[in-house]
Amino acid sequence: MATVAQRASQLTLADMKGKVDPDWCPGCGDFGVLAAVQKALVELRIPNHNVVTISGIGCSSNFPGYMNTYGMHTLHGRALAVATGLKLANHELTVLVTGGDGDGFGIGGNHFVHSMRRNVDLLYIVMDNQIYGLTTGQTSPTSRIGMKTKSMPFGNIEAPVNPISLALAAGATFIARGYSAEQKHLTELIKQGIEHPGFSFLDVFSPCVTYNHDNTYQWFRPRVKKLEDDSAYDPADWTAAMEKSLLWGEEIPIGKFFERTDVPTLHGAEPVLNEGPLVHLEPGVPPDVARSFIEELM
Amino acid sequence: MKQTFAIGIGGAAGQGVATPGDIFAKIFSRRGLNLNAYNAYQSIIRGGHTLLTIRTGPEKVTNMGDRMDLLIPLNQDTMDRHLQLLTADAACIYNADTIEPGTAASGVQLCPLPVSELADITRNKVAQNTLALGAGLHMMGIGFPALEEALREQFKKKGEAVVAENVGVARAGYDYAAAHFQAFANPLPKREKRYAVLSGNTAMAMGGAAAGVKFYCAYPMSPSTGVLHWMAAHARKAGIMVRQVEDEIGVINMAIGAAHAGVRAMCATSGGGFALMSEGLGMSAMIETPVVVINCQRAGPSTGVPTKTEQGDLWQMLGAAFGDYPRVIAAPLDIGDCFKLIPEIFNIADRFQCPGLVLCDLLLSEGRLSVDPKDLDFSPPVDRGELITANGAPSEESTNGGYKRYKITDSGISPRAVPGVPGHIHTVATDEHMEDGVLISDEFTNPIKRRAMMEKRMRKVAGIEAAVPPPTLLGPRDADVTLIGWGSTRGVIEEACEILNDEGISANQLQIRWLVPLHGEAILEILKDSRHTIIVENNYSGQFARYLRSETSFVPNGHIRKYDGEPFMPHHIVEAVKEQLAGQTKLSVPMHEITV
Repeated sequence: MATVAQRASQLTLADMKGKVDPDWCPGCGDFGVLAAVQKALVELRIPNHNVVTISGIGCSSNFPGYMNTYGMHTLHGRALAVATGLKLANHELTVLVTGGDGDGFGIGGNHFVHSMRRNVDLLYIVMDNQIYGLTTGQTSPTSRIGMKTKSMPFGNIEAPVNPISLALAAGATFIARGYSAEQKHLTELIKQGIEHPGFSFLDVFSPCVTYNHDNTYQWFRPRVKKLEDDSAYDPADWTAAMEKSLLWGEEIPIGKFFERTDVPTLHGAEPVLNEGPLVHLEPGVPPDVARSFIEELM
Repeated sequence: MKQTFAIGIGGAAGQGVATPGDIFAKIFSRRGLNLNAYNAYQSIIRGGHTLLTIRTGPEKVTNMGDRMDLLIPLNQDTMDRHLQLLTADAACIYNADTIEPGTAASGVQLCPLPVSELADITRNKVAQNTLALGAGLHMMGIGFPALEEALREQFKKKGEAVVAENVGVARAGYDYAAAHFQAFANPLPKREKRYAVLSGNTAMAMGGAAAGVKFYCAYPMSPSTGVLHWMAAHARKAGIMVRQVEDEIGVINMAIGAAHAGVRAMCATSGGGFALMSEGLGMSAMIETPVVVINCQRAGPSTGVPTKTEQGDLWQMLGAAFGDYPRVIAAPLDIGDCFKLIPEIFNIADRFQCPGLVLCDLLLSEGRLSVDPKDLDFSPPVDRGELITANGAPSEESTNGGYKRYKITDSGISPRAVPGVPGHIHTVATDEHMEDGVLISDEFTNPIKRRAMMEKRMRKVAGIEAAVPPPTLLGPRDADVTLIGWGSTRGVIEEACEILNDEGISANQLQIRWLVPLHGEAILEILKDSRHTIIVENNYSGQFARYLRSETSFVPNGHIRKYDGEPFMPHHIVEAVKEQLAGQTKLSVPMHEITV
């Protein structure tokens, strides 16, 4: 439980509700993700003020405003970089990063890869709807080949990124996929992701009912298969996870693909934090150390 | 004229120019002498041509000066390029085995060292450098023990045999000079004083540590990388988290994340990296999380001349990020000021919860200066502003929902709670928001609320202006000419004024340190009495001249500009002033006579 510094005695779903109600389109998959995140935090009894929800820009990035936690609604693609700085400055906080597929895999792709290899201790939830919603329907990095959008009206000719395989290759230490219509399963994955010490990546199918007419609830329902239902599947097996990550079509796996806990977190590997979070350290330099810095120059 | 002595050491990169330079610097500063060092080099690890100029003297030395007293060429190329710079009473020490001297001006002493006779060059590849060190010090009238001590420190990690070898070679050079070369007319004096010698990058890094920086991150980029190197090497002792990030976009966002958690966070880059940080600065301003960003300018545009200096990023800094927002921009005046400025700008950024930008340049970043250790104050005043931390007292609105992160106030400053503090939960947003942080687009895009929030943020500008002192005039008010500069040109303009005064042209100087806020009214008040005004800057288009005009309508009588990658030398400014006072031109672009 490396990431949870303190537990509240009791929390209810009402405690988790933000100042405003979501303005997502009726039927948007993001409602299910929000509900599951709130439920997970209630069940884990993490005090609201010790949670920071950080997002980029996009429909799903309005997420922090709907939560009663500290929140940061940052720049398009930059949530992971901001979250890394915040976590390193105060590693006692539980950090959730939320956003969409364009935000995370497109404009933020560089930070996505590097945050995973650093094993920053946070949970990154991508509400993956395979389309750009807030800009009214353009191709995204996870749009399938052939999908027609306003930006590719004759059909997408670029291969989509595979977020699960990419995360495996980049060294994320917890990798899972959820489906917003599978509430209990999703809540469980979020709880595991929060409690995992290190970078937890959770890709969630979160259908866009307005702009994506290909990957709908009706399309997903018969295809998604829980990895947890396969008793032979071992999430400690990286190679097996990579094989499973390539499945797409009649059967699409959801659940925990991979987890390892033997890799130090970024903040755990940094001796400067041995004395506690940076934010609690005395600012400045002790006089003897300052003198030694000047002596070096003389 | 002040008494100074300048040494030029030149060679290919990798030939060992730096070590004799460091040893000379150490010996001079321990002798109580001031010094300034400037290294002209190229973006190449091995080869090319490097010329290190070290100028020393008992009085303040702020720049490379006009005269070279001793040239030590480590290869033929250096001899060919620079021998003609030497004038009467100067000397050139060189390896007689490998270098042909060429024709020197009259009164220049050529000092050939028979290197293979004096040292075993099969064992010691840099014997010529060490011999030249010894010979040069003898000619300057410095006793051998100072050199022995410096060599001992330099080579102690390599063991006693290496120390003895180098001391022996240096001694041979020292003795050879005693027997064969004429010493300089004025031996270098000794004073009861000791200086620290440091680069601007080291100074800014140490200034950050003194200011209480707890988080530093960067992507390597010349000429700012020295800040990262100092921070990384001293992080554990100083208790600073230092991270190398994937790009400058990540850098600024990571720094803002750390700052948002409540620590002082800083980053440094050069113009190209700063361009990538632009959007992040807007976020710092919009969510009102302070961050300090250093831009060490190099010659642009684009990749430009990565190892050369320029003051060409002023308008980039003025215009960085879209929209209107309060910002602070300051340009350090010298390497000592690189240290001093960082705690000052952190206090302003923290108090006004806005980005603080430091506009440095290669000349200061990579140059080195002797600084009185007393001026490196590690206990500067620290003002974190209206910050509510876990350790602080709870605010009167400490119940959930009552706290307004962006409370509208007369000063524009709203008390800032950091995540983790009970009772102050809020979301910050780069979208325009209301007092409680809720997006105005989540409700209705409300022109009244937008206006109120814009005015709240911009009210901070008046407070910042009051917190920053206006510039002052150096020198007699009724001078024949007023030279106006900003940032790193302070020292060279000051010396040009001294030379002009010696030559019967009275000159004064207005040097700008705080670029934003500018204090335009105060500047106009100073300049209204000036007889002839000239703006001196290290760029093509007169970026400061255009900025000053845009803020004040002030138009100077003339301009001195340089954009060849090299810094001003005092005589460039002196000669340009004379030609402008004679009415020959209004724009002087001095030619840099040293080809490096």
